[in-house]
Amino acid sequence: MSDQKKPKRRDFLYTASYTAGAVAIGAAVWPLIDQMNPDRSVKALASTEVDISSLERGKSITVLWRGKPVFIKRRTEEEIAEARAVKLNDLKDPEKDEDRAKNPEWLVMLGVCTHLGCVPLGNKGEYNGWFCPCHGSHYDTSGRIRKGPAPTNLEVPKYEFVNSNTIKIG
Amino acid sequence: MSDHNYVPSSKLGKWFNDRLPLLSLSAHLREYPTPKNLNYWWTFGGILTFCLVVQIITGVVLAMHYVAHTDLAFASVEHIMRDVNYGWLLRYFHANGASMFFLAVYIHIFRSLYYGSYKSPREVIWIIGMIIYFLMMMTAFMGYVLPWGQMSFWAATVITNLFSAVPFIGESITNWLWGGFAVDNPTLTRFYALHYLLPFLIFGLVVLHIWALHVPGNNNPIGIELKKPSKDTVPFHPYIVIKDLFALLLFLIVFAFFVFYAPNILGHADNYIEANPMVTPNHIVPEWYLLPFYAILRSVPDKLFGVIAMFASIFVLVILPWLDTSKVKSAIFRPIYKQFYWILVLDVLVLGYVGAMPAEGTYLLIARVATAYYFVHFLIILPVLGKKEKTLPIPLSITEPVLGSSSNPGTIKKETL
Repeated sequence: MSDQKKPKRRDFLYTASYTAGAVAIGAAVWPLIDQMNPDRSVKALASTEVDISSLERGKSITVLWRGKPVFIKRRTEEEIAEARAVKLNDLKDPEKDEDRAKNPEWLVMLGVCTHLGCVPLGNKGEYNGWFCPCHGSHYDTSGRIRKGPAPTNLEVPKYEFVNSNTIKIG
Repeated sequence: MSDHNYVPSSKLGKWFNDRLPLLSLSAHLREYPTPKNLNYWWTFGGILTFCLVVQIITGVVLAMHYVAHTDLAFASVEHIMRDVNYGWLLRYFHANGASMFFLAVYIHIFRSLYYGSYKSPREVIWIIGMIIYFLMMMTAFMGYVLPWGQMSFWAATVITNLFSAVPFIGESITNWLWGGFAVDNPTLTRFYALHYLLPFLIFGLVVLHIWALHVPGNNNPIGIELKKPSKDTVPFHPYIVIKDLFALLLFLIVFAFFVFYAPNILGHADNYIEANPMVTPNHIVPEWYLLPFYAILRSVPDKLFGVIAMFASIFVLVILPWLDTSKVKSAIFRPIYKQFYWILVLDVLVLGYVGAMPAEGTYLLIARVATAYYFVHFLIILPVLGKKEKTLPIPLSITEPVLGSSSNPGTIKKETL
């Protein structure tokens, strides 16, 4: 036997056994991990249709979509003007109001604070938009983060106007 | 475990002990040499074991009546409170038992900080203890979610959202934790399963904690290593057993006061409102025992760094044995450390107080100062102080300060030099 490190038959067997063992353990553990992910029955509840015909200007409704509240706000002219007048440089997460509200009168977004998931309160806070009571994040009339610990604007979900009275979320 | 020479007196005992040495273990536990100067701060280990057993027993019984489903959980808890025989008693014992458990564990941890019990050769005991503490927080949090009240729901939402701060994969992690797109039925059922499992893991770790303790033996108020057994030690039974039982009795008076006279004082009225994913209560706060960490989380204006700071505040405790560079264990002989110790106690109490207050104005400022000081204490003061501090002379034995240095010749000289 020479002193030089030369792979032997036994080394090959060890490596092969360890590798096979690791793959087997991985394969056995994956179902145990993946069972916790959202399953098909949860994913199937992907869209909700909402009747918005009775909503007046300046009012908002909250609907539940995928277990999360969604704010549908019919904004007043002042609120739209206020949202559009903001300079992008003043924003923590710069986003134009035009990009957030396809139809400026209707603002649709998740009522979930991007900090730690509380539901912000409407018509509150220093920017006349939303205020999160949990850790003090202030959102403006476009649902953009202006002050407080939240990192991003209130999320706008995928939605479309099915007709003038109905919004389909998801 | 050094009692290899134990021989049971009965023939049957000897037969059994040769096959499974449980009687040797029992003898070891009885004879285990304990420093004779242990004060009442050392009785909390026993009290904590008692708390764990109470939580497991009342918990198993409550599980016989509780239903883990979003439609039924809240009602099933009310069913326990109103209909189940003694259900109110069991639930109040379990809910207040969690608070008592944390009260005892905080005293236990701060006793360790004062007398330097985490130092060599007891680092492993300390780290196991910290893991137990962390599992306790997880168990308590998941248990708090089970009644499915407003505080339950929003505590679950806020705490699981901590993981959304992880860059890139944050959302996948939260969806995985929830089993959906928000806290919902899949979340409740898995929390229930884990809430049932974790206490048994804690129990296993407690066994390891005690095992690791029995290798070097107890630290003691003057923080010197003793020869065991010697004139400085007494057998665990009956001396410590009786003292622990007496302390437990006093502790039970406090426990009973909460259970029978103020069972809801440590909770929040909002949790008697059923969970509603559409409305967040105006002022959400965690249970009192988590408030200091909550204050640290909120004191940082950035989401990710707030979460990092909160976990770091626990992690600095884990590496404490290496942060504290002083060779002297007990604060009795560290006049400057003693002062910083009490400032830390005050600092943690202040953090707890501001954690319960709204995160704005003066409260926020105080929270930031207190958070900064918390880290300064562990990361700067302790490493530097250990090198600079002039400590007081340490006695050679427990009996020396009382009887003079000649009382216990030769027993402990080696360890102290």
